[in-house]
Amino acid sequence: MADEVILLDFWASMFGIRVRIALAEKGVKYEYKEQDLFNKSPLLLRMNPVHKKIPVLIHNGKSVCESSIIVQYIDEVWKDKAPLLPYDPYQRAQARFWVDFIDKKMYDTSRKTWATKGEEQEAAKKEFIEVLKTLGGELGDKPFFGGDNFGYVDLCLIPYYCWFYSYETFGKFSVEAECPKFIAWVTRCLQRETVAKALPDEKKVFEFVSVLREKIRVE
Amino acid sequence: MAKSDVKVLGAWPSPFVMRARIALKIKSVEYEYLEENLGSKSELLLKSNPVHKKIPVLIHNDKPVCESLIIVEYVDEAWSSSGPSIIPSDPYDRAVARFWAAYVDEKLFPALKSIGSGDGAEAKKAAIEQLIEGLVLLEDAFVKCSKGKPFFGGSQIGFLDIAFGCYLGWVRVTEKMNEVKLLDEVKTPGLFKWAERFCADAAVKDVMPETDKLAEFAKVLAKLRASGKWN
Repeated sequence: MADEVILLDFWASMFGIRVRIALAEKGVKYEYKEQDLFNKSPLLLRMNPVHKKIPVLIHNGKSVCESSIIVQYIDEVWKDKAPLLPYDPYQRAQARFWVDFIDKKMYDTSRKTWATKGEEQEAAKKEFIEVLKTLGGELGDKPFFGGDNFGYVDLCLIPYYCWFYSYETFGKFSVEAECPKFIAWVTRCLQRETVAKALPDEKKVFEFVSVLREKIRVE
Repeated sequence: MAKSDVKVLGAWPSPFVMRARIALKIKSVEYEYLEENLGSKSELLLKSNPVHKKIPVLIHNDKPVCESLIIVEYVDEAWSSSGPSIIPSDPYDRAVARFWAAYVDEKLFPALKSIGSGDGAEAKKAAIEQLIEGLVLLEDAFVKCSKGKPFFGGSQIGFLDIAFGCYLGWVRVTEKMNEVKLLDEVKTPGLFKWAERFCADAAVKDVMPETDKLAEFAKVLAKLRASGKWN
């Protein structure tokens, strides 16, 4: 019996993009269902009643929520191709640690670079750059966070890249100027077809962020 | 394996440290426990966890592992041939266990902390309601995960039992100090009984701090917070 795989997602979501890349890496056929986050569907509310958020992976009728949990699930179910997490327990712990760090630090800080102004925005910019520098330190001279190969940490971080143009424009700073090594890593990731195809156009994201800013009345 | 090959940097009141210690006990791993003075963190802690500077840290053959739930999965994988499995074997059950563990950390723990934080009666009431709502959700998760067996993990304690169970000491202290019932026999009958079984489990009872000792510590912490000397 063929697997039925459905993804409830929102086109600009950096969390949803993680899942899309993971499914593509594994060559999994799935049905993509775009969600209206301002008017949530009964399906979304039924499949993620606790958080009511995307992404949600529905595999043979059973829902898996929380992007990093979904990616690990995908890695474990479709384990015969393109391993995302390392095999070694210590390396796995390190990969999980850095994705946890990204989850704890990237979203709130990056959001403040466009959703706030004045002193709060300045502080957010500084913190965001610090986060990127910490990640850059962990990357070091390796081509990817996973070493020679694109892996779990790379996959969980790269989706933020399509939002960088928005952060930089509204926050008035340049990631390349502050963290050039980071941009070198981005370029390597974008050479991967699964990544290049999954990331939406940064200008489209910028338009979306502009609308969001108006909705929350930033200026 | 020599005891000094495995170290845990911890603090006795911390529910997160308990998680690491329960996992090591399940796997029968001997380790050296180093109590940290959180007012004055050791060189070893700062070197082993430079990013967060927090406990617990597991140091295995001089290599540090940080973040309690990550430590539990690491212990399960590194000593996979010793003792029962901690994380479920089925990928879907794993995803469910990880989901609820994350929920407990993101939603329940902050609510539990705000009950005792002294932000006023309204805030306290809201935090209590939020916590109880969360516990009702977990009751449902317990019924689904346990499938009639004693623990979330089945016949033995597993990942989600450890993730949630480590908070029980603090739940009891909060109940006592705020004269409120959080784990209720009527609202959450499954969890109520599960809590007793968890605390009595061989892997848990020696590392679960006594409620009275924790209550004393909570009072000291409250004073420090009030005077601005603790974040």
